[in-house]
Amino acid sequence: MEEMVHVTLLGKRYTVPASLTIMDAMEYAGFKLIRGCGCRSGFCGACAVVYRMLGKTEIKVALACQTKVEEGMCVGRLESYPVNKRRYNVDELSRDENIVGHLYPEIYSCIGCNTCTKGCPQGLNVMQYIAAAQRGNYKKCAELSFDCVGCNICASRCPAQITHSAVGLLARRLTAKYIEPPCAHLEERVAEIKSGRFDADLAKLKALPAEALQTMYNARVIEK
Amino acid sequence: MSTFTQEMLDSMKLVEATRAERLHKELPRFSAEEKDKLLKEFHPDYSAKGFTVLSTGPSKGSKVPNELAVLLEGKSRLEGVKVDLGRIDYETDVLVIGGGGAGAAAAIEAHNGGAGVLVVTKLRMGEANTMMAEGGIQAADKANDSPVTHYLDAMGGGHYKNIPDLLEELVENGPLAIEWLSRLGVLFDKEADGTMVTTHGGGTSRKRMHACKDVTGAEIMRVLRDEVQNLGIPVLDYAPAIELIKDTEGKAAGAVLLDLDSNELLVVRARTVILATGGAGRLHYQGFPTSNHYGATADGLVLAYRAGARLIYADAIQYHPTGVAFPAQIYGALVTEKVRSVGAQLVNSKGVAFMNPLETRDVAAASIIRECTARGNGVKALDGVALWLDTPMIDMLHGAGTIEKRIPGMLRMYQKFGIDLRKEPILVYPTLHYQNGGILINKDAETEIPDLFVAGEAVGGIHGTNRLMGNSLLDIIVFGRIAGEKAAARAKTVTHGALSLDHVAAFATEREAAGIHTETLSPKLLPTYTHGRKTR
Repeated sequence: MEEMVHVTLLGKRYTVPASLTIMDAMEYAGFKLIRGCGCRSGFCGACAVVYRMLGKTEIKVALACQTKVEEGMCVGRLESYPVNKRRYNVDELSRDENIVGHLYPEIYSCIGCNTCTKGCPQGLNVMQYIAAAQRGNYKKCAELSFDCVGCNICASRCPAQITHSAVGLLARRLTAKYIEPPCAHLEERVAEIKSGRFDADLAKLKALPAEALQTMYNARVIEK
Repeated sequence: MSTFTQEMLDSMKLVEATRAERLHKELPRFSAEEKDKLLKEFHPDYSAKGFTVLSTGPSKGSKVPNELAVLLEGKSRLEGVKVDLGRIDYETDVLVIGGGGAGAAAAIEAHNGGAGVLVVTKLRMGEANTMMAEGGIQAADKANDSPVTHYLDAMGGGHYKNIPDLLEELVENGPLAIEWLSRLGVLFDKEADGTMVTTHGGGTSRKRMHACKDVTGAEIMRVLRDEVQNLGIPVLDYAPAIELIKDTEGKAAGAVLLDLDSNELLVVRARTVILATGGAGRLHYQGFPTSNHYGATADGLVLAYRAGARLIYADAIQYHPTGVAFPAQIYGALVTEKVRSVGAQLVNSKGVAFMNPLETRDVAAASIIRECTARGNGVKALDGVALWLDTPMIDMLHGAGTIEKRIPGMLRMYQKFGIDLRKEPILVYPTLHYQNGGILINKDAETEIPDLFVAGEAVGGIHGTNRLMGNSLLDIIVFGRIAGEKAAARAKTVTHGALSLDHVAAFATEREAAGIHTETLSPKLLPTYTHGRKTR
């Protein structure tokens, strides 16, 4: 007999197999998911839920597709959390100014409560990446925030009303565009392509029958 | 708190016992003849019972998966419904249907081309297969490589069926795509001097796989989505297109949307339309699990087919060799090919590495299926059998910390379920991953229907009958950009007659004449799962 657990999903009680994730348990219970369900693999951040165990004070947060149901779980959803993303022209930013601080001044209101970090389903050190942004260390902020899925659980719990995911994203774009060294071989190759260097060889290959291509393919030297 | 069964643990001991000996061993590759035989005998695409020959529509006579045939020949959601095409809810120059990587790239370039753009999506922008693409993006931008070499690799991988014009666009625009993404602020893995860190993927002859750790697609997708927002492009969520609208001259001129919140139909009039609706994994061909997102139900293929566009290679499906076979919570999810490109071998239940881990995806999948079925060397996992992917080898080969640095997403995914892949190998089996075929386009990304463009996984022909790893993230950018640019340019000059849904009625008549009377509504929009529930 399959092990079952008792859970409360969006205010209704259900008995569901213990092996299911919260998302699967909702479907088992009969919900037809439209909102709050995206990649079902922990990448897209669509399925953030809040829950507490029956009778307990502590509020917990999770991604529904990545978390198993447990006896006594009472689950609510965070299917669309309003974020305050600022618009900017990425070509007009400069690494030398306090650009993240200008666009997201609320990062300086951080009171260091660390609720963001405690709530991150990805296990990221969210408060530390906000601190890095405060110091203007965008590369550090980019690195620490890299695996953010944008579920915005942190934002929903932040007393300083920071939209952490947007801060991390801005820091990553800044880092990639302005702080990381440019890529010389890429620039050279782009120039070669624009000058038409490969056009004649490609035209030749395009005209070859499958048998001739196969001979060439089977004779390829594979880089070690 | 490992959750492996005793049988798994026993087999794992055999894997550990042979690890040192296998570590630096060069595993032979299959010959061309061996590959052919393997595919014919063990690849699901060669299973006769999995396919149906279409009896109606523009690709009548072609073979497609059973589950797709039912939808392509299905009943329109507008059959018997009166739609007032005189009441326009949204008017735009370029309508982009789909909010994944191809749709976002198309929207950005259409906007940059001076067009008014509206993006409509079934879920939300970014809840798409792009977000889940882990391994990387190919581009021939290093000195020892060239678009010519890239072309040959993709041709061989695609069984020489790739459409030359499309493949040429793909490989020549590869480095330009990487440059475009870099300028937008996509954070690629680089050396201290700016050199791109590149690796092999299955079937590549040069190391041209660029990556953003092991969440390359997510990094690209979140930057593109952010840019769409920066540009102020309107996006309509939870509003899938359920039919295309044409004009009286047969040109694409908009779409009917279904608002999933209000259940109302919405009419969009557009000068040009870009379909970027993605793949079909959630149709679960031949009962396979899938690595695809919740909305991957081939909607765009259905819409285009009903409007008169031909499909190509719709019977060529990519099974990713390494889907998660255990634990149950992530069953079918992807174990990125990067795990093999950084050194993990595929090992059977007896501890034998039975193949070179960098064969192309179709060959690798067929080889794994053979090892588990005909040869009986699988490990029992959940309802089926599986094989080991020997992940602890990676740190042994490249030094401690490599896994954490190069495949942190994988590490984290397994850690959630009590498995440390630095210490324990993982169980894998092929998962339904990608639709190699799709809607036929020309090199301007335009279909046979004037003013209808397609980009991304809904396109067929670029990859022949088997796509190489890293060429899909590339094609969504390359053809997304082309579609956006061309659709914007066309929108400036095009003139349309009155809006019409006559093609939908005509398809119904054709369906009737072919003797198809199924009630299955299509497009499917979303799958239904009950997880074994019998009573509620």
